[in-house]
Amino acid sequence: MARMTLLYFASLRERAGLERELVDSAARTLADLYDEAAGRHVLGWPRDHLRVAVDGEFAHWHDMPRSGSEIAFIPPVSGG
Amino acid sequence: MLCFSLKSVPINVSAIVAAMDRPSVGALVSFEGRVRDHHDGHRVTKLVYQAYADLATSEGSRVLEEANRRFSITSIQCQHRIGELDISEIAILVAVSAAHRDAAFNACRYVIDEMKMRLPIWKLEFYGDAAAQWRHPEQGQIATVLERSP
Repeated sequence: MARMTLLYFASLRERAGLERELVDSAARTLADLYDEAAGRHVLGWPRDHLRVAVDGEFAHWHDMPRSGSEIAFIPPVSGG
Repeated sequence: MLCFSLKSVPINVSAIVAAMDRPSVGALVSFEGRVRDHHDGHRVTKLVYQAYADLATSEGSRVLEEANRRFSITSIQCQHRIGELDISEIAILVAVSAAHRDAAFNACRYVIDEMKMRLPIWKLEFYGDAAAQWRHPEQGQIATVLERSP
């Protein structure tokens, strides 16, 4: 088990009902971690429309979650 | 010099541009992205920008470094607002100085296009005639429609 902080933004934050949460998970990849969160909160976004970041840098879905890291799920952006 | 930042107060364009003046600069191009009062037939009353600040700052700085490698520019300043914005406020400023105009125009276009695609920043639009909505342009049909009290 690893303990991580998950960050949610924009419509994902609305769906989850929180900005961040501390989770304990045995997920082997960031993709599995998203699937767990998506099931827990009914996030509604298919993973292939999102990107993922770890500790403030873009990461890959197949990366392994690290204990103590901060993981953000990034829905399609609309800045500028 | 390359400088990207997120701002929670209005962007002061004249101060930014004035600080970019150098004897070697022959061209200065600036772009202002502004909050408009309509979208998809709806009347927009205000916006809120939400950012993943750590990643937006590092990704924004990366875009400026790329532009600096691609074009012969002297300096770039880019600021993006976060928080609540009224109609006509500046949401993003890109200002590029260079010896010659081609590099300044091209770098400015490159920077605004990349920022719009890559910055982890999201826009919540408030409408005069519908519920507020987070904009997720790639998948507008999935965007959450928020139930908000008036």
